Amino acid sequence: MTSPGAAPGAAPGPQVRVVLPAHLRNLAGVHGEVLVRLTVPVLTQRAVLDAIESRFPMLGGTIRDRRTGKRRAFIRFYACEQDLSNEPPDAPLPDAVAAAIVAGTEPFLVVGAMAGG
Amino acid sequence: MTQVRVLAGTRKGAFVLSSDGKRDKWSVSGPHFGGWEVYHMKGSPADPDRLYASQNTGWFGQLIQRSDDGGTSWQPVGNDFGYAGGDPGTHLWYDGTPRPWEFKRIWHLEPSPDDPDTVYAGGEDAALYKSADGGLTWTELTGLRVQPSAPGWQPGAGGLCLHTIILQKSRMFVAISAAGTFRSDDAGETWRPVNRGLHSEGIPDEDAEVGHCVHHVEAHPSRPDTLFMQKHWDVMRSDDGGLSWTEVSGNLPTDFGFPIGVHAHEPDTIYVVPITSDSLHYPPDGRLRVWRSRSGGNEWEELSAGLPERDCYVNVYRDAMAVDTLDSCGVYFGTTGGQVYASADSGDSWAPIVRDLPAVLSVEVQVLS
Repeated sequence: MTSPGAAPGAAPGPQVRVVLPAHLRNLAGVHGEVLVRLTVPVLTQRAVLDAIESRFPMLGGTIRDRRTGKRRAFIRFYACEQDLSNEPPDAPLPDAVAAAIVAGTEPFLVVGAMAGG
Repeated sequence: MTQVRVLAGTRKGAFVLSSDGKRDKWSVSGPHFGGWEVYHMKGSPADPDRLYASQNTGWFGQLIQRSDDGGTSWQPVGNDFGYAGGDPGTHLWYDGTPRPWEFKRIWHLEPSPDDPDTVYAGGEDAALYKSADGGLTWTELTGLRVQPSAPGWQPGAGGLCLHTIILQKSRMFVAISAAGTFRSDDAGETWRPVNRGLHSEGIPDEDAEVGHCVHHVEAHPSRPDTLFMQKHWDVMRSDDGGLSWTEVSGNLPTDFGFPIGVHAHEPDTIYVVPITSDSLHYPPDGRLRVWRSRSGGNEWEELSAGLPERDCYVNVYRDAMAVDTLDSCGVYFGTTGGQVYASADSGDSWAPIVRDLPAVLSVEVQVLS
């Protein structure tokens, strides 16, 4: 892990391990997992993405549309072997998933959809 | 010592090719942004070490990269390319129904000739953007997209892309596939179509004011009223700032193609790469050729020295041809087969700079003193 945590001055919230796809790690200039700290107590998809974009502004628009906030079509969100991609952005993550992420035992995965051919 | 820098955008990253003024030995730097499509990369005429690159993938969308050291290092700048106004309106979709404007990518970047921090960007769905802070923020010049013909624009197979931007002080030209060429006389505030004389068999009204699939337009700086166009079919010329066009395809073996170039010192010397047809995007007979006219069109000569004589089935995209400004004008083009060819003698002879890049999407060149 290369990220020490939330930016200075951020309000306290859960700290989350995040795995980014290789292209976004390169863009953000990081290696391996990163840590981001949420600014709200409840773990939602939007809260995690807000924290990622706050810490790495250059990722704005690469995971979700800047204007609509919708997940880009070829991006997926996984955690605890569950596909969270189509969950409402403001819905609390399932209790067991949230507990594992907050405990730091499982990361939140941002994944580029598979492409073959 | 004079140096030449060729900027090649490819399907899988950007490459910077460097040589001295002889242009016979080249070094290759890259890939920059490996794995990303780089539709276009161009340097500022006001500061050659200031480069802009358009970086995109279907996964992660659009980024703009900026270099302040000639491509050695890069930093992502602004990528907020929305459509101005609450309701962006609609254009026509392939099925003829109205479709809201939706940003997809930046096709072309045109830095200001005077200010390294000012740069224009052409987008898909067709829109023109301007940044005055080195790419950090972008503002849509809405006058183009709200002019009366815009709701009737319909994309061709390549998308509704704004791919050509010509800056002539307060006068500007843009070209859009498949809408046509547009001119502004007030620095982009208001626009009008300038397509009179274009004739396109692929549209219901072949002489319509808009709907023409313009592939690329170029102008020589010393003759701003003279424009050269490679259209879907037909090579065209205007001598009145786009108000009227005449066909100058002349003796070309086929007048389908994508790029068109103008010699740096001879405003009537132009270059095209004929492609077999709209359904066969490769050179006639598998022989890659550049054709040159020294009379501004109609009379063309085949340039073949150093180019493949057989079994060549590549294409050359619209932004993949450029000329340098050395005394002996250099001409460059890149292919979908990953070759970048260079001529240091105005097209008389050619040699590949590189042979095995990813498909080349764009080529630009800079001369550094």
